[in-house]
Amino acid sequence: MTHLRRDDGFAGRGDAFYEQLVAAHRGLSEADSGALNARLVLLLANHIGDPTVVVEAIAAARRGLGDAVAGTQEDR
Amino acid sequence: MGTYQYRHYPYVRPPELAGKAAARRPVAIVGAGPVGLAAAIDLAQQGIASVVLDDNDVVSVGSRAICWSKRTLEIFDRLGVARRMVDKGVTWQVGRVYHGDTELYRFNLLPEGGHQMPAFINLQQYYVEEYLVDRVLEFPHLIDLRWKHAVTGVHDSGDGVVVTVETPDGTYPLQADWLIAADGAKSTVRTLLGLPFEGRTFEEKFLIVDVRMDADYPSDRRFWFQPTFDQGQSVLIHRQPDDVFRIDFQLGWDADGEVERQPERAMARVRRVVGPDVHCDYEWCSVYTFRCARLARFVHGRVVFAGDSAHVVSPFGARGGNGGLQDVDNLCWKLARVLRGEAPASLIDSYDRERTHGADENILNSGRTTTFMTPKTAVERQLRDGVLALAPFFPFARMLVNSGRLSRPCHLQGLPGFARDEDQVGGEMRPGAPCDDAPVVDAGGQSGWLLAHLGSRPTALVFVADRRDAGHIAGTAAAAGIADLAVIAITDRRLGDLPLPELVDRDGLVRGRYGGATGVTYLIRPDQHVLGRWRDWDPAVLGAAWRDCLGSGKA
Repeated sequence: MTHLRRDDGFAGRGDAFYEQLVAAHRGLSEADSGALNARLVLLLANHIGDPTVVVEAIAAARRGLGDAVAGTQEDR
Repeated sequence: MGTYQYRHYPYVRPPELAGKAAARRPVAIVGAGPVGLAAAIDLAQQGIASVVLDDNDVVSVGSRAICWSKRTLEIFDRLGVARRMVDKGVTWQVGRVYHGDTELYRFNLLPEGGHQMPAFINLQQYYVEEYLVDRVLEFPHLIDLRWKHAVTGVHDSGDGVVVTVETPDGTYPLQADWLIAADGAKSTVRTLLGLPFEGRTFEEKFLIVDVRMDADYPSDRRFWFQPTFDQGQSVLIHRQPDDVFRIDFQLGWDADGEVERQPERAMARVRRVVGPDVHCDYEWCSVYTFRCARLARFVHGRVVFAGDSAHVVSPFGARGGNGGLQDVDNLCWKLARVLRGEAPASLIDSYDRERTHGADENILNSGRTTTFMTPKTAVERQLRDGVLALAPFFPFARMLVNSGRLSRPCHLQGLPGFARDEDQVGGEMRPGAPCDDAPVVDAGGQSGWLLAHLGSRPTALVFVADRRDAGHIAGTAAAAGIADLAVIAITDRRLGDLPLPELVDRDGLVRGRYGGATGVTYLIRPDQHVLGRWRDWDPAVLGAAWRDCLGSGKA
């Protein structure tokens, strides 16, 4: 079973990725930035495709947010 | 006041104002900071005379640039000043990054051994300048260092420059073939020539405080995002010699610099970092903002810009002073050859091409660091804080945490003037790369370092297996047609009595780093960069590569 990748997937080019991500938001309102992030999540999740990996990512992203137990079915 | 005793260097009434005939100088250097002084020394070591003009008469006021990289120390070693700096400086190679109270990760800037110089030393700029001035004074016939000489005019006469110089005794014109403007971020020469200095200004204020204290802090570079002991965005601590610590606070754009730079207020901030019990004395402080900017061209006729006059970056990454020293390293051997008539003036254009490339790399990296450190909008902050939140759990996120990407030697691979790399020689020392160091033993049995044998002149390194090979190389080297070529034989074990200088590859690291199979030949530029490398010794190929390099300015 494939697991969520934890090591550097950018092959040392992470700084360039981060710069592009920030630049993508430049000039957008807060609402539009939220929309951009939502679309990005959908595109990248589809590219990954594997539901186990996506669920693992959701759980990792939720850690420490709100008071819910992150990433379980009950979160809905 | 402070741990450092400033002394005033003597102003001397210039001969031009004492009725003596003024000789035209090969090189005038404006600015006696690290870049200007190093340039004068580098030129003097190659027999070129210069006059250095500085509007002040003391070394750097305040510690200012403190982090000197391995590459800079290798350059300083070539200039004969590194040993003193390393002995005095605080050596370090590990950076530690915290978020709040949690240590996120450490980075090691020199994980492998077999290099003479450490990854970094911290040494206050006033010491660096003092040691450079002492070295300058060892060249009384070649370097004319003039304190309290301010430049008020620059006129390019086509084949030279006329500088108007103001002194306490009046004003005089000084003629030079070339002028190096090493007069800092607020360069007078740049202003006089009316050159635009364009780039990005970052809306963030920082406070630097130097304190002397009895604290057993490590020598590591330590950086906190959102520290619990300060209300600001980040804090950076560096250890300097004399038990002086640099604490750099990110204040935010709305902070009032005039208020924050008051020593009592700054020391109250320091107190929150170090706790109530540590004895500490105030040394110096400064509030700064920064830009990332560069001149479009570093060469304007006979005026050449080097250091901060040509390019400025954010201080996180130590890319300012270290970038400036690489400018000197790149420029001086070219200028010396042009002045001696061995290369066309167009060679100086390769300085422009290579060092604007270096400046762009520094601006790119320090701009990215600043973007990470100073989020401008709500979403930028969310992204940044997201990286910090994931960093304890995900190695990839730790790689994105950016508290400064520290100065690395600039690679010139792919630029014109270097030989094509077609011979499948192993190792990472491709044409354009700055040479890696390695331990060697010389013919007299003395242990030393490879880089100490390279520099200031073109050098061929040839991996030699026996005396016959060495004899053939020595006998045919003249066919390269390079007047001042040095040829060095690298051997596995001491052969002895070679007709060439022999360096024994003590630990096999030269062979490993340079892919040194028998016969492999490197041609090294005077600034310790690989010009070309080949599987076999062929002096005609070396000569052609060297002449291509000298003529490459207009490529």
